Amino acid sequence: MRAFTTLTGVAAPLPKANVDTDQIIPARFLKSISRSGFGKNLFANFRFKEDGSENPDFVLNQEPYRKAEVLIAFENFGCGSSREHAPWALLDFGIRCVIAPDFADIFHNNCFKNGVLPVRLPKDVCAQLMEDAKLGANARITVDLEREVVVRPNGEEIPFKIDPLRRHLMLNGLDDIGQTMQHAPAIDSFEAKQKAAQPWLYA
Amino acid sequence: MSAQKPRTLFDKIWDAHVVETLPDGTALLYIDLHLTHEVTTPQAFDGLRAAGRGIRRPEATLGVIDHNIATDSSRYTGIVDPESALQVATLEKNAAEFGMPLIPLLDERQGIVHVIGPELGRSLPGMTIVCGDSHTSTHGAMGALAFGIGTSEVEHVLATQTLLQKPAKNMRISVDGNLAFGCSGKDIVLAIIGRIGTAGGTGHVIEYAGDAIRALDMAGRMTVCNMTIEGGARAGMVAPDQTTYDYIARTPNGPKGAALARAMEWWKTLPTDAGAHFDTELRLNAHEIAPQVTWGTNPEAVLPITGIVPNPADVTDEAKRAQTQRMVDYMGLTPGQRLTDLKVDVVFIGSCTNSRIEDIRAAAAIAKGRRVADGVRAMVVPGSGLVKKAAEAEGLDRILKEAGFEWREAGCSMCLGMNPDKLTPGQRSASTSNRNFEGRQGPGGRTHLLSPAMAAAAALAGHLADVRDYQPKEAL
Repeated sequence: MRAFTTLTGVAAPLPKANVDTDQIIPARFLKSISRSGFGKNLFANFRFKEDGSENPDFVLNQEPYRKAEVLIAFENFGCGSSREHAPWALLDFGIRCVIAPDFADIFHNNCFKNGVLPVRLPKDVCAQLMEDAKLGANARITVDLEREVVVRPNGEEIPFKIDPLRRHLMLNGLDDIGQTMQHAPAIDSFEAKQKAAQPWLYA
Repeated sequence: MSAQKPRTLFDKIWDAHVVETLPDGTALLYIDLHLTHEVTTPQAFDGLRAAGRGIRRPEATLGVIDHNIATDSSRYTGIVDPESALQVATLEKNAAEFGMPLIPLLDERQGIVHVIGPELGRSLPGMTIVCGDSHTSTHGAMGALAFGIGTSEVEHVLATQTLLQKPAKNMRISVDGNLAFGCSGKDIVLAIIGRIGTAGGTGHVIEYAGDAIRALDMAGRMTVCNMTIEGGARAGMVAPDQTTYDYIARTPNGPKGAALARAMEWWKTLPTDAGAHFDTELRLNAHEIAPQVTWGTNPEAVLPITGIVPNPADVTDEAKRAQTQRMVDYMGLTPGQRLTDLKVDVVFIGSCTNSRIEDIRAAAAIAKGRRVADGVRAMVVPGSGLVKKAAEAEGLDRILKEAGFEWREAGCSMCLGMNPDKLTPGQRSASTSNRNFEGRQGPGGRTHLLSPAMAAAAALAGHLADVRDYQPKEAL
């Protein structure tokens, strides 16, 4: 996983609540057996018309948001299907941070496994950042995971909190399977005890 | 054991599976059963391969093919879509290479992962169960802790049989009293989501309790737990009871004899202790729940079938008003319109929410001796080959076919728009599935979620209809 330390870039405003993972990447595009290439179908039902041409009204089809690295949305972002293709599609498009008042649990987990930073900020702050983002290319915002601050275009710093373990893994781009493997002896002894107490699980 | 703080069902299963607690409170949680399917696993197996890792406990892992496949006879001659064929072949190849048990596509046990787990007796009380699929919450109906995970976590479980998890908060939803005529588990869960909202359960595991939940059969409980994720909760659970034990006794792979007796000793200790703490509690009266149908593009946009399409102008909150307007526009509705006036093009009875034998019986009871309305395509997709076989043994397929329904092969089908069963733009469906998101059943498709009996009634009427007006004409 690519480490996430700090990011300064264009933020795209998506003033919607309940952006579900079927919107982020519709199921018909989940047939790839690779982790890459999903960016071209990110938000496909919004970005493209039925004939396949671009929908000019959708934010990611507008300059400068075609190069957005941050997405700002409203409540319950990433609800619905557990598909990790959603953060893969965001990442493949170039979006490495999503800011919203809250996130659905599974999507939130999946982001951390892929170096996509989900930042929770109060709704009024998200609304303010969306106004900033509407200023376009001159409105670059900074997301600093080291210091846990979002820096608005006017220099104002807004603090956020990330779970310390996840922050550590993300700052260092660490794979948590490797970490868990260090607990193998504990897993072995758990299994031995469980097998004795609940043999039907090992039948 | 010494006197302990009263614990919930969730607390007890959680505590029994903590391998280690890390300094920051994250638990390394042991996973008893890992179900896998073709869509969310290829990248996980690639990860294992790249790191030179294997599956820690293949016998605690089970693969099945369900999302991608056609539900007509074409599966017997090979998968037509090359991308789908590759994804299915990849699961088969990975299963062989890593020694993972896999139910073959043409095996009679093949079916939707959340139907086959309980049906085969693999999903049991007290277990931790995961799958790269949000509707894994279904298995909580067995009295298990079951939740969906992403592909990175699939890889983590394959390699270590554990997950890094923070404990969830406890929520209890009690549904008291008796369910009214014409209502089912689907109506209960839709009414609950209407009440708590799509994010109402975020951060929680929900335990369902109360007389109306106890009175549900296992299929009904699975429907309720299945849609728990639609209320934002990580998992839904129902404490095991005699209904659960009787169900397990009928499964082919559940524990038998002495093993079952020993398992039951533990299972009987699982129900929530008196006085256990719930962070959130909610009570509903079952008799106040009418048959439900969604009108908008998330499952919280739900009303009794007697309702009318909301008027965005009546919504005071600006953001909510805009969202309501968007839903009304997308769904092609007119504010004030009666829901029962909405004509349907397609009726879909199936999905991990409602494709069990009990669901098919409910649909067939309404359909028997009647005809699907002209111009309506109505399909019934059993949740597994075993469900299909059981339904055929009861003659339900004949009843449904005579009424004009299609009787199909098991799979996820029209729930999610990734196999040949899809809506075309603008088509309106009455669907027993779980998500009415924009484009979920196909780009531009318009989905109304409802129970199997309500779906059957809509098929007969040609429009959304109140199942209470369609009492069975004759016994099944």
